[in-house]
Amino acid sequence: MNRGHRVLALSVLALAAISACKKKPETAPVTATPTPTPTCDQRCRDSISAFEKRRADSVAAAAAAAEATARERAMAATKATLAAAVYFEYDSDELSGDARSALDAKLPILRANPGLRLRIAGNTDERGSDEYNLALGQRRAAAVKRYLSDQGIDGERMEIISYGEERPAITESSEEAWRMNRRAEFEIIAGGDMLVAPR
Amino acid sequence: MTILRRCALTLLAGLAVVISVAVPALGQDTTVTGVRLGIVYAPGTRPGVLVLPVSGTAGDSIKAIIERDFTNGDRLNVIALEAAAIPPFGDGNTKPNYPLFTRLGAAALLQVTPTSFGIQVDVHNAGKGIVERTKAFPLPAGALSPNWRLALHDVADEIEQWITGVRGISATRILYVAGGRVYQVDSDGANAVALTSSGIAMSPVWNPAASHIAYMTMGSTGQQIVIREVGGATRILPTRDGLNMTPTFAPDGNTIVYAHGAESGTDLYATNAFGTEPARRITVGRGSDNTQPSYSPDGRRLAFTSGRLGHPEVYISDADGTNADLLTRDYVDQPYRANPDWSPDGRLIAFEAQVGGRLQVMSIGLRDRVVKRHTSEGVNEQPSWAPDSRHLVFTSNRGGSRQLWVLDVESNTVRQLTHATGGARFGAWSPPLRSR
Repeated sequence: MNRGHRVLALSVLALAAISACKKKPETAPVTATPTPTPTCDQRCRDSISAFEKRRADSVAAAAAAAEATARERAMAATKATLAAAVYFEYDSDELSGDARSALDAKLPILRANPGLRLRIAGNTDERGSDEYNLALGQRRAAAVKRYLSDQGIDGERMEIISYGEERPAITESSEEAWRMNRRAEFEIIAGGDMLVAPR
Repeated sequence: MTILRRCALTLLAGLAVVISVAVPALGQDTTVTGVRLGIVYAPGTRPGVLVLPVSGTAGDSIKAIIERDFTNGDRLNVIALEAAAIPPFGDGNTKPNYPLFTRLGAAALLQVTPTSFGIQVDVHNAGKGIVERTKAFPLPAGALSPNWRLALHDVADEIEQWITGVRGISATRILYVAGGRVYQVDSDGANAVALTSSGIAMSPVWNPAASHIAYMTMGSTGQQIVIREVGGATRILPTRDGLNMTPTFAPDGNTIVYAHGAESGTDLYATNAFGTEPARRITVGRGSDNTQPSYSPDGRRLAFTSGRLGHPEVYISDADGTNADLLTRDYVDQPYRANPDWSPDGRLIAFEAQVGGRLQVMSIGLRDRVVKRHTSEGVNEQPSWAPDSRHLVFTSNRGGSRQLWVLDVESNTVRQLTHATGGARFGAWSPPLRSR
C-alpha cells in the first residue's frame, strides 16, 4: 500500500467516525392512518340525515326568526308611528309643521287598516284654568281629527276626548314638561289586533 | 245766647247725631239687613266681643266654636282672655262691672247658658251697660255632631247679625274635589266628608236651596254632568256626547247652564235641571271656548269665560246669551282671565287672571269696573264667593300643595281651609244652611 492509498483509507475511516458521532436526526413516529370506509351502513346514513335535517331546521328557524323580528320591528314602528303624539304651542290648537308631519305619517297606516279606530285625546299643560284647559284639550283633539278627516280618513273612525291638564305626560313644572304635556295622544280602540304595516 | 246762636248750636248737634249714625254704616261693605245692636264702631275697626265661659260638658266647645266663627267672619274682634283673667260677671243679682269690660275692649259681652233643649244667649251692650238681646236656641241632640255644630254655627251667625247688622257665614259648607272625589267641609274646616265614592269629579256647585249639588265626572269616552241630592240619589243630566262641564244653577233653581264641547268649540247650553227638555245653546262661540258660567243674583245676567278673542276673557251677557260684553281687558301682562263668580250681592265678580305666568285671584266692581288683585303668593285660582260677598274660597298652592284657602277681600287676610292629602281644588261655597 503506497502512501496515497493509506491517506485515502484514513480519510474514509475519519469520515466514517465523524459520521458515526453526529446526532441522529429525529423522525416522526409513524401512526396508522385509518383506511376510509368505502361504504356507509344504515346507522351511519341515519346520523348524516339527522345532522342535515337539524342544519336545515336551524337555518329555517333563523330565517323565520329574522322574518319575525323584521315583522315585529315593522309592527312596532307602525304602532309607534300611530301612537306618536303631536304637540302644540301654549294656549293654541293650531297644528304646526311638525304636527302635520306626524299626522301625515299615520295616514298610510290608517289607509292600510280600514278597520282601525282611534281615540284622539287632547291634553294641556298645567298653566291656566283647569276647566278652560278641558275646552282647550277638546279643541286640540278636534283639530287633529279635522286634519285627518281632511286627508280622507273617515271621521267615524275617530273619537275625540279631552283630559285637559288632568293627565300630564310629565308631572313637573318646567318649560320642557309643559311642552311635552301640550299634546294630542292616540289610542287604538278597535282593529288593533288585525293591524298590518303599510307596504 | 241769642236765638240765632241757639239755632246754630241745635243744627250742629243734629248734624253730629246724623254723622254719628251714618259713619258706622260706611264701615260695612254689604247691605245691612235685619236688626242691628246699637254698638257704634268706627269704620275699619271691629267691635270687641268677649265670650264668657260656658258651663256644661260641651261648654268649652260651644265657646271655642262661637269664637272661631266670629274670628272667621272678620267683622268682630274676639277678645281672648284666660278664664282666670276674666273679671267676675255677677251672679244675676249684681250688675256686671261693664266699665271694666269696656276698658278690656269689649263692646259686647256674650253670655251663653246651656238649657235642657239647647242654649240661651244673652248679648250685653257693655257701653250701655244693658242686656241688648236675649234668645233661646234649640240645639239637636249629640254634642259636636255635624248637625249640632251646624246649629251652633247658625246661632253664631245670628249673633253676628245682631251686633254688626250682617249675618255671619259660619252655617255654610264648602264643596271641593280631592283625589277625584267630591267632598264637603264646614266653613271652619271641620267635618270634611266625601260625597262621592268613585270616578273623577270636577267643578261641583250647589243649587240655591243647597238641597242638590251638580258636578262633572270624567269618563273614558267623555264628560257627564251629575246632579245629586244631598244625602240622596243621583241622576245624569241628559247631554250630548263629548265634553260636558262647569254646571251652574240659575237662582230659581230650575235651570242649569253648562258648557258642552264637541268638534267645533265649546258653548254654553241651558236646560231644565230636573226635567227632560232639550238643551238650548245660549252662546255662539264659532269654534271658540265658552265655559264657566255664573249667574247674577237676579238670574237675568250671566258671566262666563270666552276665548272668542283668541284668549280667555270674562264676558257678561243676558241670561239667554245675547248682548255679550267684554268685562275684563288687558290690564296685566298676560291676556288670560277666566273663572268668574258673581257675588251674592251683585256688586262684584271674582275671577282669576294670569300675572307673570301665574294665576291670581282678582275682583272687578260692576259699577266702576275697578279691578282689585287679592293674591300674590303662589298660584291662586277658582274663586267662589261666600254668602256675605266679602269672603272668597279659592285654590292655592302657597302651602306646597293645592289646598282651599279663605280670603277676606276687605283685608286680604287668608286662612287655610283644607289639609287634604294629595290636595284639594274647585271650592264652591254654599248658600246659608239654616238648621232651623
